[in-house]
Amino acid sequence: MNTIRQMLSISLLLASFRFATPLILAALGGIFSEKSGVVNIALEGMMLIGAFAAVYGSALTANPWIGVLFSMLAGLIFAAIFAVVCVTFKADQIVVGTGINIFASGVTIFLLQILFGVRGTSPRVMRLPFLRVLGVRFNPITYIAVILVPIVWFIFFKTHWGLRIRSIGEHPAAADTLGINVNLWRFSCILISGILAGLAGAHLSIGDGSAFVREMSAGRGFIALAAMIFGKWHPVGAFGAAMLFGYAEAIAVRVDFVFIPSELISAIPYVLTLVVLAGFIGKSIPPKAVGKPYYKGEK
Amino acid sequence: MNNFVDKVKSILTNLALSLLSITIALIFGVFFILLTEQSPITAYSALYEGAFGDFRAILNTLWRSTPLILTGLAVALPFRAGLFNIGAEGQLLMGGFTAGVVGFYFTNLPAFIHLPFAILAGMIVGGIWGGLPGFLKAKMDVHEVISTIMLNNIAIALTINYGINYFRDTGRQATPRILQSAALLRFNDMADHFIFGKIPFIEIFEQPGIRLHINFIFAIITAIILWFLLFKTTLGYEMRAVGHNPDGAEYGGINASKGVILAMFISGAVAGLAGVGEALGTHLSFMAGMDAGHGFTGIAVALIGLTHPIGVIFGGLLFGALAQGGLEMQFAGVPSDIVMIIQALVIFFVASLQVLKVYLAKRKAKGGVE
Repeated sequence: MNTIRQMLSISLLLASFRFATPLILAALGGIFSEKSGVVNIALEGMMLIGAFAAVYGSALTANPWIGVLFSMLAGLIFAAIFAVVCVTFKADQIVVGTGINIFASGVTIFLLQILFGVRGTSPRVMRLPFLRVLGVRFNPITYIAVILVPIVWFIFFKTHWGLRIRSIGEHPAAADTLGINVNLWRFSCILISGILAGLAGAHLSIGDGSAFVREMSAGRGFIALAAMIFGKWHPVGAFGAAMLFGYAEAIAVRVDFVFIPSELISAIPYVLTLVVLAGFIGKSIPPKAVGKPYYKGEK
Repeated sequence: MNNFVDKVKSILTNLALSLLSITIALIFGVFFILLTEQSPITAYSALYEGAFGDFRAILNTLWRSTPLILTGLAVALPFRAGLFNIGAEGQLLMGGFTAGVVGFYFTNLPAFIHLPFAILAGMIVGGIWGGLPGFLKAKMDVHEVISTIMLNNIAIALTINYGINYFRDTGRQATPRILQSAALLRFNDMADHFIFGKIPFIEIFEQPGIRLHINFIFAIITAIILWFLLFKTTLGYEMRAVGHNPDGAEYGGINASKGVILAMFISGAVAGLAGVGEALGTHLSFMAGMDAGHGFTGIAVALIGLTHPIGVIFGGLLFGALAQGGLEMQFAGVPSDIVMIIQALVIFFVASLQVLKVYLAKRKAKGGVE
């Protein structure tokens, strides 16, 4: 009884928003890149470098907002590397995505030593202030994430741009014959996903805390990917999934269960995603051309 | 005969691309070394000394290569069947955890039962962890990349987060120490072994600091078996046919589902063996962090090794040498994490240079028409 009361408490719901923030942002980023036909498993690495850059920017200027700017810039740079190799050089997107993730782990630990002289946790820096709206208190990135959901939905389903991106992801050759520059759009979509993933990283390091810890993204990029799939590549669906996964993380931290060990609750998002993919709860189908580099002139 | 020349040419082109990628990656690495205000020559010579400087360094390079060769094989085999296994990390964890638990839990078994039992259990559980995405792919059309990512994270929750907490008896983030009857033979114990001890000069391994254990031999044998399986058996031919053209293979009477599931099961078992070796040979328990990203490094290893089982041995040795030499570099004042950066760069360049290969092939095809 006590467990159920704990599970439904307001504070837990609010905590879910906090845990869901990076998932929402990265999942929206994932939607941009996947809708344009590029598998982005590099979200994890982009988030990690974003988290580091945010701390560095904040340490450098004692202004957390500069940190936020740095995080988006870092995500953008990593996304640009990813885009050059995958879109320009047509390399395998999954191979390169893995490369970006390894690169981000290596570079962040390396820079921790060069810039801060430590190997594990950075010194504490200025964190983002809390913003009180309608009686609840979150850091600004949480509000940004929530506001972005309808905006991204609007872009994808109510504008020409969204229609173009979706057509590129489903049938690039057809889009090409209509005069759409497939590779340019893909490149741009990857950059957007990098900015969003970088911002997600800033939430982890200077929004939710005030330091960078090595490997602090801890698989959240992959959970965001899961949220995107669970939400069937739809911004609102991904938001719902991210909230569900954020809630799972929150109850794992806060509620004592008698029947399920709390360590296993963290696996729930992944199990649910597998179940959805296998088609047990409404099949989740990816954009048709996802994962294939586009060569002009091929069918 | 012409066919043979073509084959040699293609192997040489691929080899050249691999070497080129490594060279470019090392050159880019210089930039990162300069950031540390150290001399790149000092850093790279420390790296070389650390990896190949003396007998002990070389053997420890082999020791570090062992899990990488195995995870490299676990990526390479499905790659030939048209599948991308980025789940070696989870398969390694499941295999290592199972072997670690069997290793301490059964207290009354003689070594000749206990050790094979622990190894097999680890490989089978790893195999199931690999076979599951194969099954989902074959029967429900779930992309193996996504399912293996999910299974990696489920494996982390099951083994590192839950499993260790369930079994551990000390403050260490590990399962209890395995019994001697489940331990893999170490090279520096070989002189006392009742069979290996008879090999002449075996006592040269008997010196402190050598951590190489027999799983290295198992890894080489696995590579040879997989080479044989892929290129000398009908099953291997079928797997490669499915990888080359799944619809064509199906039309030709090959059961594509069977190939997919088997390739993933075998791959999972091989990654499981990597975990078994780390648990029963290197750490003598299942330890948090013992996976150390080997599953992901395996992707780089497989790519550098041209996804050929024998090539993978060399890819594994290269990355093993980088890991072992990196320690020496750390002593010279250059963060060993540069090794991780170089590894990522190798992946970028190998992947990018594929486009060069496509270009070369296209030019050749055009030449043929004219």
